[in-house]
Amino acid sequence: MDGLAYWLPLIWVSVLGIAVALYVVLDGFDLGIGILFPANPREADRDQMMNSVAPFWDGNETWLVLGGGGLFVAFPLAYSIIMPAVYLPVLIMLLALVFRGVAFEFRWVAKPHHQMWDIAFAGGSIVASFMQGLILGALLEGITVSNGAFSGGTFDWLSPFSLLTGLAVVAGYGLIGATWLVMKTDGDVQARARDHAKLLLPIVLTALLIVSLWTPIAVPRIFERWFTLPNFLLLAPVPLLTAYAAWSCWSGLATRHDTKPFVATIALFLLGFVGLAVSNLPYLVPPSLDVWQAAAHPSSQLFMLIGVLIFVPVILAYTVFVYWTFRGKVKAGEGYH
Amino acid sequence: MDFDATFLARIQFAFTVSFHIIFPSFTIGLAAFIATLLVRWRLTGQEHLHRLARFWTKIFAVSFAMGVVSGIVLSYEFGTNWSGFSRIVGNVLGPLLGYEVLTAFFLEASFLGIMLFGWNRVSPNLHVTSAVLVAIGTSLSAFWILAANSWMQTPAGHEVRDGIAYPVSWLEIIFNPSFPYRFSHMFTAAYLTTSLVVAAVGARYLLSGRFVEESKTMLRMGIGMVAILAPLQLFIGDQHGLNTLEHQPAKVAAMEAHWDGNEPADLVLFAWPSESQEKNLFEISIPNFASVILTHTWDGRIKGLKDFAPQDRPPVKPVFFAFRVMVGLGLLMIAAGLIGAFLWWRGTLFNTKWFLRPLSMSWPAGFIAILAGWWVTETGRQPWLATGIVRTADAASPVSAGAVLTTLVLFVIVYGIVFSMGIYYINRLIEKGPAGASIKPADGVPSRPLSAAEEAAHDAIEGTR
Ligand code: HDD
Ligand code: HEM
Ligand code: HEM
Repeated sequence: MDGLAYWLPLIWVSVLGIAVALYVVLDGFDLGIGILFPANPREADRDQMMNSVAPFWDGNETWLVLGGGGLFVAFPLAYSIIMPAVYLPVLIMLLALVFRGVAFEFRWVAKPHHQMWDIAFAGGSIVASFMQGLILGALLEGITVSNGAFSGGTFDWLSPFSLLTGLAVVAGYGLIGATWLVMKTDGDVQARARDHAKLLLPIVLTALLIVSLWTPIAVPRIFERWFTLPNFLLLAPVPLLTAYAAWSCWSGLATRHDTKPFVATIALFLLGFVGLAVSNLPYLVPPSLDVWQAAAHPSSQLFMLIGVLIFVPVILAYTVFVYWTFRGKVKAGEGYH
Repeated sequence: MDFDATFLARIQFAFTVSFHIIFPSFTIGLAAFIATLLVRWRLTGQEHLHRLARFWTKIFAVSFAMGVVSGIVLSYEFGTNWSGFSRIVGNVLGPLLGYEVLTAFFLEASFLGIMLFGWNRVSPNLHVTSAVLVAIGTSLSAFWILAANSWMQTPAGHEVRDGIAYPVSWLEIIFNPSFPYRFSHMFTAAYLTTSLVVAAVGARYLLSGRFVEESKTMLRMGIGMVAILAPLQLFIGDQHGLNTLEHQPAKVAAMEAHWDGNEPADLVLFAWPSESQEKNLFEISIPNFASVILTHTWDGRIKGLKDFAPQDRPPVKPVFFAFRVMVGLGLLMIAAGLIGAFLWWRGTLFNTKWFLRPLSMSWPAGFIAILAGWWVTETGRQPWLATGIVRTADAASPVSAGAVLTTLVLFVIVYGIVFSMGIYYINRLIEKGPAGASIKPADGVPSRPLSAAEEAAHDAIEGTR
């Protein structure tokens, strides 16, 4: 394999990996706000919660399109296998996101008759998160492929494991949403968010543990990767760091620290992400297709990479600028509305 | 692969993409209109131009937001419903579609934010510049998506190995044979559509005696554009048709409902084409005239539908009728432009009620013509997805008909709710008019087009109380 055909796919997995990780963290907390809506019935609290993410959520979803679009551009074969395999969850997720997205705006307009959009916002967020978890679980379990195309059934993605990962993602986004609120709000909303975070953290950790035990047991390939010798020592920091992040999240909550729980939760998410990557790379469609087999023609990957290298830094810089502009706490009754 | 799932997927794609295109066709033209207003305002200092720009920017925000949410769905459908598409032509089309999304985001992330929220935060010159850049950005985004679509119609610059298309020359791929025609035709269509909306809104206000100064500007700019662009569109469309005759003769035969290639082609004005009997059951036509238009000779021959095997023919009725709808509306637009220009020259444009009244109701014309045009183009491409490379049926995803049907129903419901709300808000905004374009500073610099949409919607609701 010549240089370009070897390196380009690796560069592209990294680009996609970064996009997906950014997406999970960034959209994670604003989906989490929606997930926590049912537990915060007061209108003023809901206003404050929504205001804390209002300037960001749209930009956050950008990374979903870049992730999905990037997969299509760089690994069309993987895209053509994965998408039909998770057909229903993907389309339902998109519809839920449409609903939730417009709820952000219509809710304010419809006041005082905004109950319907409250439900749309909470429901859309929960459904979208659950679907993302389902998709993740289905991918980990593997996709039935023959002759380079998906050849399974309509409901292949549905299994106890994928239901579990679905719930895990809902709990995880709920946690990151709650710690975001701890950081961005004060008063009642903050106190309640802290309680929710304390409740959700153990659930998320349990889910992480189950997934970490389940995958190596169910998938021998992953077992080998983790529990053979040089690997085991090299990878040992991942669970150790995870434990550390969990502990610092908890202690941050207990000592009423504002930012520590949020930062620690991000670390938890990223470590989970690294764990998944380590388990599965270089496969894109485990276990049948690796990044080189799925790659688009080098010329296509290169052509698109130029655009990515020009535009993505600009988008990143702008994102940082927006977060900086809207730093600090959102007070009750104050907002961008 | 069962036929039903493919058929449902076609309906689903047609439904979602038809919904989508309504908003871009408007935002492309509107961005340019707003930029023009702002540039003129900077040059002349006339305040009503500024008020108009603010007013249309609110409508732009709502339309843009709906363009975004409906567009995201489309890019995923290529994988979920047309997995063969990404496998077979993904190497070629992936980057083109990728660039569309990137250019759209680039805009959204930087200049759109300034355009929507920067009225009082950045210097007027920077604000005007960002409005111009947004107009350029929407055009760039259209550039890429139309390059992709044109390549599907008239592929070039690639080679097919083992049934998969690989890029050979990006320049030839992007500037494929039908691209210049499609790009200029679609672009003109978007500007025409917007000009008609602007003129119609102007006429509506004038008739009710509101916002007189603003309406006159809108009418002059709208009618001026239509008078120039509508005839130009006829010319571009004619050239486009000649190009199609060269590359996709079956499509032209369906557009003209021309069955027998051994006969000169009549210009069929109206007919009821019958696919099963391979002839027109009822026909009003001008003898030999299609030959004259298409070959510039009295009895030139063009291929008829019977020259193609039945499985290689596109569906005739939809192509035939949609083509007539588009051209018919195009001719009406030419008439509106010429009459309007004449009245303007006579100095009676602003008080000729018999002209203003129908004009005020003509705003949907452009949207309908655009949809009809796309239906001609896309249905006329059948049975191919990418001409000569992959058939539509072979590109469909291996998913069950039930799954596709379920999502189709969900799409219809969700789009029905969400978009009728959006259109309702746009109408309310227009009802309220430019005076309501309040000059209140926005807090901060949100990156979201949707928040401007919501502010606009607020105004719309308040305006009715
Ligand atoms: C002639 C122009 C045109 C055409 C034919 C299409 N689009 Fe489009 N699209 C635009 C012109 C446009 C635009 C003007 O650039 C939009 C409208 C509003 C916006 O945000 O950008 C847009 C938005 C838009 C977005 C959202 C980008 C964002 O979040 O900013 C996506 C993902 C797509 N489109 C994808 C598609 C696909 C997959 C299409 C075809 C099947 C398609 N568009 C047809
Ligand atoms: C007035 C005479 C017109 C003629 C002769 C004409 C001709 C054509 C032809 C031949 C096509 C099919 C191209 C192909 O796929 O091969 C087409 C497509 C199309 N037309 Fe028209 N057209 C006219 C007016 C209009 C008007 C007024 C609009 C909209 C305002 C419009 C919008 C479109 C669009 C959006 C398409 C699909 C995109 C494309 O293929 O360019 N057309 N037109
Ligand atoms: C935005 C304006 C567009 C409209 C209104 C439109 C309309 C349609 C319609 C009506 C169909 C169904 C045709 C049939 O099955 O008889 C279709 C199919 C399709 N179009 Fe378009 N189209 C548009 C642009 C595009 C673009 C820009 C692309 C790709 C770059 C595209 C790709 C497809 C694909 C993949 C299908 C499905 C397969 C098929 O039925 O041929 N379309 N479109």
